[in-house]
Amino acid sequence: MANGVLVFAEQRDGAFKKGTLEAISEGRRIANQLGTNLSAVVVGSGVAGLAGEAASYGADVVYVADSAALANYSTDGYAKAFADAVADAQPAVILASASSMGRDLAPRVAARLDIGLASDITETKVEGGKLSAVRPMYAGKAFATVEFNRAPAFVTLRPNVFPIAAPEAGRTPEVKNLGGVVVDGPQAKVTDILAAAKGKIELTEASVVVSGGRGIKGPENYHLIQSLADAFGGAAGASRAVVDAGWVDHSHQVGQTGKTVSPSLYIACGISGAIQHLAGMSSSKFIVAINKDPEAPIFKIADYGIVGDLFEVVPKLTEQARALRS
Amino acid sequence: MKIAVCIKAVPETDTRIRIAADGRSIERSDIKFIVSPYDEFALEEAIKLKESKGGSVTVIGLGGDEVPAILRDGLARGADDAVHVSSAGVATDDPLIVGKVLAAALKQLGPDLIFFGKHGVGGDNQQVHAVVAEKLGMPQVTVVTKLDVTDGKVRAEREIEGGIEVVEAPLPAIIGAQKGLNEPRYPKLQGIMQAKKKPLATKSVADLGLSADQVGDAAAGIRITGLSLPPARQAGRRIDGDAGQQVAELVNALQNEAKVI
Ligand SMILES: Cc1cc2nc3c(=O)[nH]c(=O)nc-3n(C[C@H](O)[C@H](O)[C@H](O)COP(=O)(O)OP(=O)(O)OC[C@H]3O[C@@H](n4cnc5c(N)ncnc54)[C@H](O)[C@@H]3O)c2cc1C
Ligand SMILES: Nc1ncnc2c1ncn2[C@@H]1O[C@H](COP(=O)(O)O)[C@@H](O)[C@H]1O
Repeated sequence: MANGVLVFAEQRDGAFKKGTLEAISEGRRIANQLGTNLSAVVVGSGVAGLAGEAASYGADVVYVADSAALANYSTDGYAKAFADAVADAQPAVILASASSMGRDLAPRVAARLDIGLASDITETKVEGGKLSAVRPMYAGKAFATVEFNRAPAFVTLRPNVFPIAAPEAGRTPEVKNLGGVVVDGPQAKVTDILAAAKGKIELTEASVVVSGGRGIKGPENYHLIQSLADAFGGAAGASRAVVDAGWVDHSHQVGQTGKTVSPSLYIACGISGAIQHLAGMSSSKFIVAINKDPEAPIFKIADYGIVGDLFEVVPKLTEQARALRS
Repeated sequence: MKIAVCIKAVPETDTRIRIAADGRSIERSDIKFIVSPYDEFALEEAIKLKESKGGSVTVIGLGGDEVPAILRDGLARGADDAVHVSSAGVATDDPLIVGKVLAAALKQLGPDLIFFGKHGVGGDNQQVHAVVAEKLGMPQVTVVTKLDVTDGKVRAEREIEGGIEVVEAPLPAIIGAQKGLNEPRYPKLQGIMQAKKKPLATKSVADLGLSADQVGDAAAGIRITGLSLPPARQAGRRIDGDAGQQVAELVNALQNEAKVI
């Protein structure tokens, strides 16, 4: 009989990601509602020490797959470890973060287990001992309620949506070793990781996102956006117009064909607010728009609207934000 | 090299979504369907590979009446032939089932390389390529922004948080295309004319050797029980004054009202 909740506890470079803590915290909440226990699975090399941290966020049992071969992410190796943990735990519910890793891994594991996966969910519900989930579709223009036809129910959680619980020191988990994970058959292997500039905060994980649109006029002005983002300890985004013009790399694009972000604060500078842009940011908690056109559609969804010239407003705001943080 | 590309017909990205009478799907009556934007990168990469290394490109789409036109679009851009897999009897709300059906169609073709978009817009699942990879026992590389194919293997760069993973995998392999991989071409008149003469086969699930109970609602892992529009976001407050006053008031509001900084 399926029982318990299992979380894939993603780590990179030996540390849990923010999305992992969100997933463990949500896993704990669901386990409490179901009156069952929570397991976490940690995969990597030299990661056994993370079991205690998983426990502090609520894991009762921690599966560890620790081997040099798992130092880098690989769909095949990680899927094997993940599926092994599922086979042992026989959970009723499985969670992972909808991070790059989670998005690659979860559907592979779901297909192996022949179960349904609701991806990128923003809400969970437990009713009559059963989990259902809510997920945005059509880039947030509609929300679907998804139910599961057979156990386990498998979801990936949109980053930055689910709250992280306060860690509780002193909880000791039961640790179960998955041993060396052996994969046979053709495999994809990571041969290198090209890191972006160190210390840069990832758009999808940032709690403040500042984006620039065509209103910035040229690539030489993008630093205004980056500086404001830095001043808030956040990340810099862009509209597609800016990306297509080649002013910044596509990894900055927010929107239907870019990244979906849900920060606490989104500041749109010189962005008109096309529906495809809104698709990527309208789930932000607070939206500020700075635009010189009072009729710009972005004002229709902004909590705070400043009609003005971004070249005047943005540097002043950066100054204030710096002053606040120092 | 034999290349396949799975392309999905999706509502145009600026479509205003309305909920259908059943309360769990969208009103489809006046929607215009396009090739899912990421699938355009997939298709472009496939055609470029064919142009440089020879071989053939087959485009495959699973769905209803909306599919043939987007397959013709793929043919017009340079694909050689097309397969329309009919979604009659298929639980298309579940990417697990979509993946199973496409895997069966792809197995019949036996390609060396299979391209997908990293994500079918609209459904926003980001799953089907991984399901196909699992069912066919192939390596997968998703969210790919750069690709080399040489000596029976792929070397790809994939986007992750704060960086790029360089991944190698032997053929046959599955690639999920991300924006940045290339600049998609659009159909030219000559291509559109030629496309009319290129073969477009239609297959049912039975033609793929699948039974109704393997791909119908009973086989699905998930089902959508309700679909609703999000609460409309209200326009908030305009902050007036000169730039100095606007910024001071904004900072005050963010600190004391919104409490986000
Ligand atoms: C299939 C498809 C997918 C798409 N995907 C995306 C996506 O993922 N993300 C995305 O963003 N777009 C996307 N788009 C494009 C989208 O439709 C818009 O074209 C784009 O968002 C416009 O970018 P923008 O707001 O920067 O430019 P514009 O619409 O040109 O707006 C510029 C704004 O800057 C303001 N401005 C100018 N100067 C100043 C100044 N000095 N101070 C203050 N304000 C100023 C102007 O008033 C104007 O409102 C997509 C389109 C399609 C068809
Ligand atoms: N019905 C379909 N027909 C053909 N290809 C599809 C279909 N659904 C999904 N795909 C492919 O799978 C990718 C990922 O889709 P999804 O998992 O729905 O986000 C898409 O970019 C397409 O390449």
